[in-house]
Amino acid sequence: MLKTSASLLALALGFTLLTSCAKKDSGLAAGPDFQKRFQEALIAAKPGTVIQLPEGRLDLDRGLSLSVDNVTIRGMGIEKTILSFKNQKTGPAGLQVTANGFTIEDLAIEDTKGDALKINGANGVTVRRVRTEWTGGPSEKNGSYGIYPVQCKNVLVEESVAIGAADAGIYVGQSSNIIVRRSRAEANVAGIEIENSRFADVYDNTATHNTGGILVFNLPDLPVKGGGNTRVFNNDVEENNTQNFGAKGSMVAKVPTGTGVIVLATNHVEVFKNTIKNNNTANVSVISYFTTGNPINDASYDPFPEAIYIHDNTISGGGTAPGGEYAEALAPVVGKHLPEILFDGVVNPKQLTAAKRLPEDLRICIQNNGDASFMNYDAGGHFKHISRDLRPYTCSLAPLSAVNLPAPAAGAPAGGN
Amino acid sequence: MRAVRIAAAIGALLCTSCGSRGVRAHLHEPFPAQLSAWRLFAGDPAALKPNAGVIPYDLNTPLFSDYATKYRFVWMPPGTHATYNPTEVFDFPVGTIFSKTFAYPDAGRGGKQRIIETRLLVHTESGWATLPYVWNAAQTGATLDVAADPTTVHWVHPSGKLYSIDYVIPNTNQCKGCHDRSKVVTPIGPKARNLNKDFDYPEGRENQLTYWTKIGYLRGAPPPDQAPKLPVWNDPASGSLDARARAYLEMNCAHCHNPQGPANNTGLYLLAAQTDPMRMGLCKVPVSAGQGSGDLLFDVVQGKPEESILVHRMESNTPKIMMPELGRTVVHQEGVALIREWIASLHGTCREAPALTPLVRQ
Repeated sequence: MLKTSASLLALALGFTLLTSCAKKDSGLAAGPDFQKRFQEALIAAKPGTVIQLPEGRLDLDRGLSLSVDNVTIRGMGIEKTILSFKNQKTGPAGLQVTANGFTIEDLAIEDTKGDALKINGANGVTVRRVRTEWTGGPSEKNGSYGIYPVQCKNVLVEESVAIGAADAGIYVGQSSNIIVRRSRAEANVAGIEIENSRFADVYDNTATHNTGGILVFNLPDLPVKGGGNTRVFNNDVEENNTQNFGAKGSMVAKVPTGTGVIVLATNHVEVFKNTIKNNNTANVSVISYFTTGNPINDASYDPFPEAIYIHDNTISGGGTAPGGEYAEALAPVVGKHLPEILFDGVVNPKQLTAAKRLPEDLRICIQNNGDASFMNYDAGGHFKHISRDLRPYTCSLAPLSAVNLPAPAAGAPAGGN
Repeated sequence: MRAVRIAAAIGALLCTSCGSRGVRAHLHEPFPAQLSAWRLFAGDPAALKPNAGVIPYDLNTPLFSDYATKYRFVWMPPGTHATYNPTEVFDFPVGTIFSKTFAYPDAGRGGKQRIIETRLLVHTESGWATLPYVWNAAQTGATLDVAADPTTVHWVHPSGKLYSIDYVIPNTNQCKGCHDRSKVVTPIGPKARNLNKDFDYPEGRENQLTYWTKIGYLRGAPPPDQAPKLPVWNDPASGSLDARARAYLEMNCAHCHNPQGPANNTGLYLLAAQTDPMRMGLCKVPVSAGQGSGDLLFDVVQGKPEESILVHRMESNTPKIMMPELGRTVVHQEGVALIREWIASLHGTCREAPALTPLVRQ
């Protein structure tokens, strides 16, 4: 009898252990020492752990970090679980992640001193229903980046919100295989920025009241270059007219206030079926790196945008109050209003065919954008050969293929609520 | 009965090399809650008197840590040794323990030393483990705390200035944040160029590479004069201004800013051996610095420290601007002075290409 109950007990114990192994849920309560308990949970986490955060405003004064693979951090809702870093004293970011298979969902990160959510070098990133916000509105004192995966693979950002970043709200840098969808970027310097990244789909997003709405950049001096293969479609990019509040040395400080979509020195970019309206400088710009005015000390860098296809967009109301150096310099030549779509006209002389044109597959093609006006402003030639003739650009390119993410990142059912 | 025997056998396995009072290496989780369980020190804990086989060492140019005094020790299991490498961290055997203890002359106790923390870096079978032990107020021992709260310390700098700071004890993840090479936890300091210096051992003064070789802790090392050597950052007799500045940048920045480090995304690489001027920041545009740029255009502008982002970030105490990101809360005035002097000594210009320059056009 004694023996039986002992084995029953053992069985029960084993069962408890098994179930806790399978779930690995680590619920955290609000209250004193939350900072320490949260960080301890992040350190103690094992692959598979779900760290469940409570509802409410949770005050943190130091940056948090996670380096364990396959961990989920889950709140109770984008407006319900708020990690507030208003009193942050140390740490370059709110939450820094250097782990693969990372999922964060249903919470907000507010008022960090530096970046809000930085994910570095991870394979497999899911950011779902996460809000990063600086609650005092646009200010140069805000942190730089909101949702910030860099050097990652297989990145999904969806149904998220980024507000008030002094650099970029949703910024994916030096990464590959990326989807940013159904998200909102508002009142940042750059709303959504895809930089030095390959294979990105940016769709069903709203970018509004930023300095620039959606930026596709390829920049020099970074270890990962050759950005491209990016599709920007079905987005709503309106009224990105917030005065630029970026730090002078930063690249986004050069983005003219009133910018809708910019493609900078990136190859193979398709911009289609977007609504791009009322961006006061230009609704769409395609420019080379030379137009930034920065020197290029990087021999392996390609500063020219090539194979750009802008089609089937609804574009209106742009260029009514242009800002930035170029608008100023252009004003005496073209007047105070700019067309909807701008191209700086700078191309790589080494790529030109005998007919002095880009080869078919590397062209800048702009078509079926209603009656949206156009200008090649000849930045390379002191604006001497400005052309508003869209005919040389009326062409099509092969559509880029869709980004496919491995199952866990793309299709994981929403847990929590 | 059988269980007891197995337990004894396991105990023996774990402790084959330790005598009753020798160092006890713990190579598996859970790690001991008390620093004393490692038996690195004998006698009064706060005296940090090394146990047998525990060897103190020093570096030519160290990492700045809020002016803390640092005591470094290494221990290796009997019969094992590290293998020399001229450029990288030595290959240390499983069981190696590095211990680094941080202390201040406590201004609140008449300058009596207060030990804040002891960090262990232990080479377990599954890699290096980072273990921060926090000392108690009575200075009788230290307890493992993977996510310790900051602690207030007061001390008087040699200049006479009283510092009161919230000293930040790094959590385990932050340890990994610096000791990260291609995402693998790795020691930083014990490289040939940094260990190649004399040390005052109880037996007398001797070069550390020579001494480690003599006691069997190191194999394959050449004579010290044939091994690389970093200068001492603040000793002009030890090297040129350029060499000392580059040594300082290596030890304070390059654990992240190297091609395999956590800041490799920046493209700014500050190892002393770096030869590409752009990679070491000269006229490099701060592509990912965000607001850290401080309205400046380049990481390093020759001759112009005040226009160099590098100096701006070293002089800042603001979390989003300051560099290094971790490990300091006050500015290293003397380190900044060195880097300012170095940048001022550099020649050249960073010409920002004038906007609207004609290049090519279609």
